[in-house]
Amino acid sequence: MAQVRLEHVWKIYDNGVEAVKDSNVTVEDKEFVVLLGPSGCGKTTTLRMIAGLEEITKGKIYIDGKVVNDVEPKDRDIAMVFQNYALYPHMTVYENMAFGLKLRKFPKDEIDKRVKEAARILGIENLLDRKPRQLSGGQRQRVAVGRAIVRNPKVFLFDEPLSNLDAKLRVQMRAELKKLHHRLEATIVYVTHDQVEAMTMANKIVVMKDGRIQQIGDPHTIYNKPANIFVAGFIGSPPMNFINTKIVRGEGGLWVQASGFKVKVPKTYEDALADYIDKDVVFGIRPENVYDKMFAFAPTEENTVRGMVDVVEPLGSETILHVKIGEDQIVAKVDPKTKAQEGQEIDLVFDMEAMHIFDKDTEQAVI
Amino acid sequence: MKKAVIYTILIVFAMFYLLPMYVLLATSFKPLSEIGISTMWNPPKHFSLEGFKKAFEKLSKNLKNSFYLTIPATIISSLLGSINGYIFSKIRFKGDNVIFSLILFGMFIPYQSILFPLIRFLQSIHLYGTIPGLILVHVIYGIPITTLIFRNYYMEVPDELIEAGKIDGASFFKVYSKILLPLSIPAFVVVIIWQFTNIWNEFLFAVTVTSNPEKQPITVALVNLAGSQVIEWNIQMAGALITALPTLIVYILLGRYFVRGLLAGSVKG
Repeated sequence: MAQVRLEHVWKIYDNGVEAVKDSNVTVEDKEFVVLLGPSGCGKTTTLRMIAGLEEITKGKIYIDGKVVNDVEPKDRDIAMVFQNYALYPHMTVYENMAFGLKLRKFPKDEIDKRVKEAARILGIENLLDRKPRQLSGGQRQRVAVGRAIVRNPKVFLFDEPLSNLDAKLRVQMRAELKKLHHRLEATIVYVTHDQVEAMTMANKIVVMKDGRIQQIGDPHTIYNKPANIFVAGFIGSPPMNFINTKIVRGEGGLWVQASGFKVKVPKTYEDALADYIDKDVVFGIRPENVYDKMFAFAPTEENTVRGMVDVVEPLGSETILHVKIGEDQIVAKVDPKTKAQEGQEIDLVFDMEAMHIFDKDTEQAVI
Repeated sequence: MKKAVIYTILIVFAMFYLLPMYVLLATSFKPLSEIGISTMWNPPKHFSLEGFKKAFEKLSKNLKNSFYLTIPATIISSLLGSINGYIFSKIRFKGDNVIFSLILFGMFIPYQSILFPLIRFLQSIHLYGTIPGLILVHVIYGIPITTLIFRNYYMEVPDELIEAGKIDGASFFKVYSKILLPLSIPAFVVVIIWQFTNIWNEFLFAVTVTSNPEKQPITVALVNLAGSQVIEWNIQMAGALITALPTLIVYILLGRYFVRGLLAGSVKG
């Protein structure tokens, strides 16, 4: 197992498109790193450069301390699981898994041992004689993973491996991959556009957009301390509320002044906002940090706002409210026992400790 | 009612189409004495294999020549087309599209236009008048179409398969021999039928390159069978049947894969 390091890596295609811009990432040994972003953000290109399937325009990629820019994929000691599994259709499951070992001239009994061991871990021992076309999507997925783990490579690369599975199977495979990571103690780089996969599996998330890394951090940090508006909006469901506001000095300290409401900034944040007084900023608050007053922990004059309920979406475990406050729309994830009704007024309580403030021009987080 | 009309029309056309075939068959099994313009449509009264015997005597050498020519030329041009197809479908390099277009352009060069330079070239490499010379000509003339068919076929093979192979440790040729080649059987069937039929039936190159009757393929020898004054039609027709038989057998054996192979690209396998 090994460390993977990207140093100022660029990918510029012949037509001038900059797919990856100045990427710097370190994947530590045994770490599960997820490259996350919308399609076209450069995450797959980054993975393919690590794999050696895509040339690196500028910069260096290290695997296990060695520069691999000019090393063939087969000599990088990596294994990759593709989105469409890419199983060899003319080979049985056993042959698919043994192929890489055969090419590397492993002795027959060693191959047999490893394939059977991998099949046992993945629960596909009874499928070894089948051809890929006789397998379901979930089984193919397992074989693709099996083909990777028999090689016992330094690094595992996953390219959206769960996106072709149905929702139920995806949840199951997600847990299994996580277990597998612990069991193999493997270094994993995993590409996905699914924030849930990223949050649940990663030790470290790399959020990308338009070829540029937006933020690198553990799931907790990415969720609680997003570096900018993009990351804040990309992670979380429903996404964070963003409201154009102004920071004003008022009674007892600083306040966030929106078109239709005013809430007080906690004392601890005042220093950070010193430069933004009387300036336009973007106020951000996650739906789960907005409460129905009836169920709020500490409602006060300073954090309660009144609005008009537009839409009520009961989900069973929680209820999503779309509330109009002045000209702004706020989405709140509230207790399912809420009495809120469409067309009626409601008092919402903001957990101001969980608020975010973004610079309006740079879109970078101030808090 | 409507169906009956359609079937009648179809049957009439089918018969019309099969008439020459009938004359060919009937005549080939007649003894020479039964042959004449007035008895042309009659079935043979006395069933005779004399025509076939004589035709085979005269053509057996050339039949062998044709096999010596067609089988290697078909195999070599198929393999080359397959490798070309692999390169043009799965490997990007500068100018790949230009080179591919130029190769395809080869299909549209009329045979007649290159005969003189071709002969001079074969003479200079001492292959003029030989079957290997003719093989070379057909291999080269076959490359455009075989390349095109294989390239289109391989375009449908997902790139990830090749990439998975590369990561698994396969070299350029291992990717070809272990992954692409085993998946190419439908394409090979198409190309083999196509090439076999074309090369077997080809006349112009054969007659130009081989002047020695001993070295000529069967298509050329068949024409020479006609002789000078008296044409022995039963021998002619039997000879024509013998000439046509191998391509027929190839098609009967592989034909059902042919249609499937042509469709292979459109439906996911």
